[in-house]
Amino acid sequence: MSSRFRANSVGSPIKCVGLTVLLLAGCETGVRPPAPVAQSTPVAPSTPVAPAEPVYRGVVDTALSPGAGRTLATIDPRAAKYYDNPEAVKVGKFLFGSMNCAGCHTNGGGGMAPSLMDNQWIYGGRLEQIHQTLVEGRPNGMPAWGGVLPDDELWQLAAYVRSMSLPETLAAQGSGNPSQSPAPVPRAVDEDTGWAAPAATTNDYSETLKGPDGPQ
Amino acid sequence: MRTLSVNGRPVTVFLLSAMLAPLPTFAQSVPAAVPQSEIFTREQIGHALAQPTPGVGRTAPSSANAPQDDGQWSMPSKNYAATRFSSLTEISPTTAKKLQPVLTFSLAVNKGQEAAPIVVGNTMYIVTAYPNIVYALDLTRPGAPLKWRFSPQPVPASQGVACCDVVNRGGTVSDGKFIFTTLDGQVIAIDVNTGRSVWRTQLGNINKGESITMAPLVAKGRVYVGNSGGELGVRGWLTALDEKDGKVVWRAYNAGPDADVLISSQFKPFYSGDKGTDLGVTTWPTDAWKIGGSTAWGWVNYDAELNSIYYGSGNPGPWNAEQRPGDNKWTAGMFSRDPATGQARWFYQFSPHDEHDYDGVNEQILLDMPFAGKMQKVMVHPDRNGYLYVINRSTGQVLSADPYGPVNSTKGVDLATGRPIINPEKETKVGVQVRNICPTASGAKDWNPSSFSPRTGLLYIPHENMCMDWMNVAVSYIAGTPYVGADVHMKPGPGGNRGVLTAWDPVRRRPAWEVKENFPVWSGTVVTAGDVVFYGTMDGWFKAANARTGAALWRFKVDSGIVGQPVSYRGPDGHQYVAVLSGVGGWAGAVVSGPVDRRDGAAAIGMVSAMSDLPKYSTAGGTLYVFSLPR
Repeated sequence: MSSRFRANSVGSPIKCVGLTVLLLAGCETGVRPPAPVAQSTPVAPSTPVAPAEPVYRGVVDTALSPGAGRTLATIDPRAAKYYDNPEAVKVGKFLFGSMNCAGCHTNGGGGMAPSLMDNQWIYGGRLEQIHQTLVEGRPNGMPAWGGVLPDDELWQLAAYVRSMSLPETLAAQGSGNPSQSPAPVPRAVDEDTGWAAPAATTNDYSETLKGPDGPQ
Repeated sequence: MRTLSVNGRPVTVFLLSAMLAPLPTFAQSVPAAVPQSEIFTREQIGHALAQPTPGVGRTAPSSANAPQDDGQWSMPSKNYAATRFSSLTEISPTTAKKLQPVLTFSLAVNKGQEAAPIVVGNTMYIVTAYPNIVYALDLTRPGAPLKWRFSPQPVPASQGVACCDVVNRGGTVSDGKFIFTTLDGQVIAIDVNTGRSVWRTQLGNINKGESITMAPLVAKGRVYVGNSGGELGVRGWLTALDEKDGKVVWRAYNAGPDADVLISSQFKPFYSGDKGTDLGVTTWPTDAWKIGGSTAWGWVNYDAELNSIYYGSGNPGPWNAEQRPGDNKWTAGMFSRDPATGQARWFYQFSPHDEHDYDGVNEQILLDMPFAGKMQKVMVHPDRNGYLYVINRSTGQVLSADPYGPVNSTKGVDLATGRPIINPEKETKVGVQVRNICPTASGAKDWNPSSFSPRTGLLYIPHENMCMDWMNVAVSYIAGTPYVGADVHMKPGPGGNRGVLTAWDPVRRRPAWEVKENFPVWSGTVVTAGDVVFYGTMDGWFKAANARTGAALWRFKVDSGIVGQPVSYRGPDGHQYVAVLSGVGGWAGAVVSGPVDRRDGAAAIGMVSAMSDLPKYSTAGGTLYVFSLPR
């Protein structure tokens, strides 16, 4: 066991992210006057700021968007360099094995922990959401890796995890273990386009009114 | 709709995910069965110190270990001998076909339900899989309404250190308390009348990878509990608590220095390989014993005749055995200890330097049995490694060791040394896919307990017929994460049936009859004085068989597969009842109860490969079922 595995190694960029989260949580629990949630710029509780025009930053994790259309910026600039990056998913795959992620998630099929290859995301499947899950951990058994690994490696892990359910990665699976040839994550897969009807459905009701001999 | 091939036959299944997601390019199907030629026959490898001499006396538990049946079921094993034998006779081979369900109750937890329903004083007590809710049902009133429920609220993160579903194997009623364990490492005693906790003791630490899934043994004012986490590099132990207040009386580690293992002058192992100083340190690479597993998540027996406790230790960690050269004492073996002090009396190692995840934690049944011309006090233990051991429980000497399932990882047990004879072809290696190792990692059987009938002299063993491919993978220890280091793909054993119910004659050292099942038999069994044996299947049938012939008598389809422990009790109306929990899961059922994608055959530590068709036969569930004859 090398010292890098100790959770008390301070000074990594992860700590800053963790601090950001804590501050945001503080905002939302009434430490400062009510402010728009998911405020983009974390601010100290002692520095009340009310932007003239709120700039929301965050990651959409739902198909529900009440009221008007979205104004969320949906891609974290920190994630940008891990898209379309074959090296990132390759390093991520190595880390996935060496940091024992595979012990629970296997080759993406899961076991002790959820499958990662089914494109079903409990806590969001965009790179920054996966990164956040790695940093913070999740309540039902996902350990918090923030401060344990350098931030760059957590992003690479996130890229590999995201890659597992890509059609290109699944297509590369032979008869053995999946996720062995991870495809780079296209930026397009994480761009939010809001709700759309599932691909195999139709809203052309005239079709459903047709009888065996054509429209009635 | 897609066409898959199962056992060579094309079958058509609906894949919901196929409609929602891109079509999978590769769908896992059940691999072909291992050919019979891969397996050693019983004749090739059977070993015993003497020929059977059945005329000497009847095989039976002593009355001290199996007192006269009061019609209740106060502990999962029924009695200290762990016979799981009910003396009730109302249900017989003649009447069993008329059995019908008389009560169901939703457990509200759709995970593997491995617990035994407990019946004491006309109340039934059930502990569920995580979140380990305890229900008390009043059997005296119509519909058996809830008397109380207790939600221990184990920390949700404990699910992340549970290797093989979030199961619990049941509680015990003793002295007005229901005593059980929680996934996050607590032992809790509840007042059976009020439903309030009397004491709670935190024994495990999830940040070391420890969880608790086993059923505590309560005997003579002590509660015996061991940890789980052999796949997370924990250091295994058994702990004795005071039944009155939950305070720790002693803890014995199953690896490390003699002082920690509670080995001193009392320790008299039978075989020379177990004699020496600090073998729990010297049979490991430096400090590897600290993260070497050897948990105690199975069954503990108290022997009222010899005043000993017995329990098996778990697999060594990591699974990659090349990272831990040596015998890895005291893993994968059986301890006898002084219940008062925990001091070890003897130890026998089923699988020294285990290379295949053969935990030694399966049940042991304490019997008086004829052997070599005289009656002997023995334990009968069907081990994961495929051998059914008959062991003298005073000395730890193995009297016989015969394969009861498919075996090729060893060629028998050398009774001069006690050591299994290793088959070098099935030793596991880094970077080498060693194929068709039998039995599989979950063993010729796993934790689910057998029953024994003194009427037939037979042991009713619910078990597996599975093998595996295994490749070692280098692994680093990170506390609180898996420490396995193996890529495993399981497959059916010879014949293709993945499960078997075997009625085993321990005296003649051979099966009396066998019933083949499609899926591993992952439930316990219960046998009655009416000569009926009950068990459940993973595809959701609860079955009754003739205990003398194995003939099917009756079956009932429940809502989900069965991996629980059936029991039989006398109800408030004086009639015989049979109860079992449905709810498929556990290691073998994780492909249904867990968040698993069956396109990855290595998922659930190699189990998904062999069980990928289970979702066609069973959905997740969790229900109590009680059956009786019509009146």
